[in-house]
Amino acid sequence: MRLGYPSSIRIIRVPCTGKVDVLHILRCFERGADGVAVVGCREGDCHYQSGNFRAKKRVERARQILEQIGIGGDRVRMFNLSSSDAPMFVRFAQEIHAAVLSAGPNPIRAARPARGAPTETAARAMAAVNR
Amino acid sequence: MIVAERKSIEEIVEQLAGVRSVLVLGCNECVTVCEAGGKKEVGLLASALRMVFLQQGREVNVGERTIERQCDTEYLEEVRDMMDSFEAVVSLACGVGIQFTAERYPSKPVYPGVNTCFMGAALERGVWAERCQGCGSCILAVTGAVCPITRCAKRLLNGPCGGSTSGKCEISKDVECAWQLIIDRLKALGRLEEYERLSPIKDWSTDRAGGPRKIIREDLRS
Repeated sequence: MRLGYPSSIRIIRVPCTGKVDVLHILRCFERGADGVAVVGCREGDCHYQSGNFRAKKRVERARQILEQIGIGGDRVRMFNLSSSDAPMFVRFAQEIHAAVLSAGPNPIRAARPARGAPTETAARAMAAVNR
Repeated sequence: MIVAERKSIEEIVEQLAGVRSVLVLGCNECVTVCEAGGKKEVGLLASALRMVFLQQGREVNVGERTIERQCDTEYLEEVRDMMDSFEAVVSLACGVGIQFTAERYPSKPVYPGVNTCFMGAALERGVWAERCQGCGSCILAVTGAVCPITRCAKRLLNGPCGGSTSGKCEISKDVECAWQLIIDRLKALGRLEEYERLSPIKDWSTDRAGGPRKIIREDLRS
């Protein structure tokens, strides 16, 4: 079909959206992502029965946290589609792209003292995370 | 388990005004099971705090660590080395763990990251209900293992009262009458005659009425 979708989107593959945790979504924003789309199978079509329903709840929780901390809950969305439905994927990609454009850049990126190399705090934080 | 609820991020941020480094300290026991203060919640809170501080233009070092239990000295000792790097601690343990952490590290301000609520059980995923008030003299043997101290709003020892309607308590239609549960249970066990026996006056000195409680087991002391 060779359909195009916004080049700003980076795809991270997971075995099932049920694997996606709230923490994964928050980490994306902490590291400067402007938006996150969790794209799962259609409701009722999950190979693992309830993976996409779990993801839906986690996305909701992530939205609440992002709203509370001033990043904006609208930057994260859950989409459901069939794996063979490329035109639908393109539509969703355009939708999250538009949502991110309207929300503007992630305020975390602007707030970081220097771009590129992680700050001392971030380095220490990462060390703590990786322990 | 001891059931706790997460405090709002806003409240925790307020507590940390002026702090330049903070350790978010989780507990692997009860608060992990009720998803209020385990490793995952530590990660979420730390991540959220970092983003809040960055937006406030504050350079705050946010550390993460979850230990087995915050109510035992040996586990709290595990973080002694890393404590030096932090100005303050946000503890996601229950109230016991928060206080015990503060006792072990007297020079560190320790802030609560959760509201500790009650001793309860998980009715289903995401739903917890109180089942014990730790009154110190258990009467479950005579009440068919349904606790009227916890589950009756009036803590009646000889119930039900006149506020019991269709098995529900007058305080809310969502609250079951503990004494109706006791009667139903005793009936099912074929022990309804026990319901007829009046409970004697309870010794409340073992409850909070006697002040903060302590148990000393000489056979276990070192």
